[in-house]
Amino acid sequence: MSEDINSQGYDVPPEMQNVVAITTLDKIYNWGRRYSVWPMMFGLACCAIEMICTAASRFDFSRFGMEIMRPSPRQADLMLVSGTVTKKMVPQIVRLYNQMPEPKYVVAMGACASGGGPFKEGYNVVSGIDKFLPVDVYIPGCPPTPQALLFGLMRVQEMIDNQSLKEVRWYQKGDLPAIPIPILGPDLIDPRDYPEFAEKLAKAQAVVAEPEEV
Amino acid sequence: MTETTMAISKNIETRFSDGVTLDERTGYEGYIVEADKLIEFATALRDEFGYDFLSSVTGVDYLPEEKMEVVYHMYKSTGGGALIFKVQVPRQAPVVPSLYDVFLGADFQEREAWDLLGIKFEGHPDLRRILMWEGFEGHPLRKDWKEAFHENDTKPFDARWPGGDVYRAEDENPFTKNVLYPEGFDPEKWTPEGETAVYAGMTEIESDDPMHTDQIVVNLGPQHPSTHGVFRMVATLDGETIVKLRPVMGYLHRNHEKIGERNTYLMNIPFTDRLDYLSSMTANWGYVQAVEKLLGPKVVVPERAEYIRVIMSEFTRIANHLMAIGALLNDLGAYFTPMLYALTERELILDIFEAAAGSRMMCNYFRFGGLVRDLPAGVEQKMRDLAFERLPRKIDELDRYLTENEIVVVRCEGIGVLTPEEAIGYSAVGPVLRASGVPYDVRKADPYGIYDRFDFDVAVAYHGDVYDRYLVRLEEIRQSIRILQQALDDLPEGEIMMGKPKYSIRVPAGEAYGRVEAPKGELGFYVVSDGSANPWRYHVRAPSFINLTGLSKMCEGDKVADAVIILGSIDIVLGETDR
Ligand code: SF4
Repeated sequence: MSEDINSQGYDVPPEMQNVVAITTLDKIYNWGRRYSVWPMMFGLACCAIEMICTAASRFDFSRFGMEIMRPSPRQADLMLVSGTVTKKMVPQIVRLYNQMPEPKYVVAMGACASGGGPFKEGYNVVSGIDKFLPVDVYIPGCPPTPQALLFGLMRVQEMIDNQSLKEVRWYQKGDLPAIPIPILGPDLIDPRDYPEFAEKLAKAQAVVAEPEEV
Repeated sequence: MTETTMAISKNIETRFSDGVTLDERTGYEGYIVEADKLIEFATALRDEFGYDFLSSVTGVDYLPEEKMEVVYHMYKSTGGGALIFKVQVPRQAPVVPSLYDVFLGADFQEREAWDLLGIKFEGHPDLRRILMWEGFEGHPLRKDWKEAFHENDTKPFDARWPGGDVYRAEDENPFTKNVLYPEGFDPEKWTPEGETAVYAGMTEIESDDPMHTDQIVVNLGPQHPSTHGVFRMVATLDGETIVKLRPVMGYLHRNHEKIGERNTYLMNIPFTDRLDYLSSMTANWGYVQAVEKLLGPKVVVPERAEYIRVIMSEFTRIANHLMAIGALLNDLGAYFTPMLYALTERELILDIFEAAAGSRMMCNYFRFGGLVRDLPAGVEQKMRDLAFERLPRKIDELDRYLTENEIVVVRCEGIGVLTPEEAIGYSAVGPVLRASGVPYDVRKADPYGIYDRFDFDVAVAYHGDVYDRYLVRLEEIRQSIRILQQALDDLPEGEIMMGKPKYSIRVPAGEAYGRVEAPKGELGFYVVSDGSANPWRYHVRAPSFINLTGLSKMCEGDKVADAVIILGSIDIVLGETDR
């Protein structure tokens, strides 16, 4: 354990090793966080089944300190977007993300969450959760095997290792802005599109009118 | 036509001299019924001819003929083949009388046809959108409705890198998103209306309780640990008791049917994997069966492939039921331990799938006329070990731990009851139907593949409650093991595919309905071909979806905590429910 957190270059006398470590605040903070990531218990589609398998007997991600899956976003640190993000569901997902306290991470599990996957062309499908949320790790696969998911989760741990208390966004001054909740209109509306909405709409209509140009 | 169906059709023709004609298009069967005769016809089928089970209702948009057609598949709950009839209405104003009063099972299916095809069902008490949200523009399954990322009417598409540079669908859309708005739409003036419709009629429900207490409306889901995905229920409670419950779905509507009608026939097989993603093998089979029916008698599946199909399906059933039982115990509050036991066995079955098909969950293993590849060396032995040795022992273990467990018994007995008549009326299938005392199993009632060669019993129980559904699943696992043992003993050597595998097949024009007994119940695929390389209509009759029609009935009068286990006992998978 001490090797894990002891900073290099500080010699701890042999009799004190395993008892004392000299380290930085960043390191000890990250070391605590990396082994206690609580994922949100939240499944969207097929990928969620592989997520359950990863949590269950054979693969068991509690080996990485992740056994506590929380159904409530208020108690979770990690949102595993495990499956197809549909337009009907995305307002809820954004709301859940906004409800999670910092620090929080988002993993896009599988082809669907990363980019729409096999259903990308579908009229009710959002092409990837990164259209709305900041994604930290993408895991390819349809579905990613439990091994792939574990690998992705280890990447999250590595990310945590490299963060610094001075720079992380949740210790900066001021409030973190919430992500605006998409609205279900005649199609999905992203409030962030409002400023140029009319302009873009006119352009879209022009494309429909002259499809040859495409 | 067999002799009995011939006799029946004689009778039907004499009984209905006008308003009912034979469907004489080549490749089609059944009757075409005038819209104003529909209710009378359906009632007579139920009361006079014994066709008491309305399996599937769906619509087809025949754009070139300017017609909308509603297709009904009826069965007898005692077994036998289908009776198909259709109603044709003009495409401009498609209005069809609702069968809601004759068959409650038409409820959700008619709503779906309204939602996706815009067919109005007159007399339906609650004709709202079901998969999309209220306020969505257009009816997406209509052939002239095009989505934002529309590239071409049929696949395969042209190259995505025509001049050596790749483009993405987003690049073509000014919003860089998969969205499409009507002309001149102003989002800031838009008021979303979805939730009002969901909650409408849920407050102040009359009750004969002399004590007047306030009712409260509770919303469960779509993000809720007990809903097995993204399902949602809105319940009106009087104290702890459910007065009314309304399922809300569509949160995983992935447009299988629209995408499926653009795909070539072969491309749809991997999509069927993603319908019921816990049991992809049976979904493969249902679809492949429908297309094989369309291809006609020239398709002969080799013996070995037939056996492997059965073996894979029965392993799937076991894996699915293990998951269902584990999840039910989770819902009962036995947090995760029984689930872990069940998943351990499921993993072993998945190993077999991975060895044979290359993937744990999304098997994509069946092909028209056979299978994609043979079993690799050593897998047969693994299967034998499981079927003869390990699984029987483990199922007994599960049985010993759970069946007599006091909490399981107390929480499950007498909860969520569905009588046999109700179960048939709601078009319930699979373990839900059989737990209500109707021994209906497609493998026996209308055998497909080589199921008529095996010796097995249909699991059935008679109380129609959650406990009986659990018992039926447990017994079905045992029966599946029996089938597996016979099939593994008889498994012949030989080919696994008729002829050469083909990338693109041409299918003669016509319609076909393939149905299999999936672990969750009758899974049907209605495929219409116009003779081209892509299906004209591809409809999935999903057991998870239609079994939910009876959910409100099962929950009313029970406690709110029971709604969770009742839902667990139906065993839904959202991929299939919402498609
Ligand atoms: S990536 Fe594949 S397995 Fe995962 S949700 Fe999408 S379709 Fe399902």
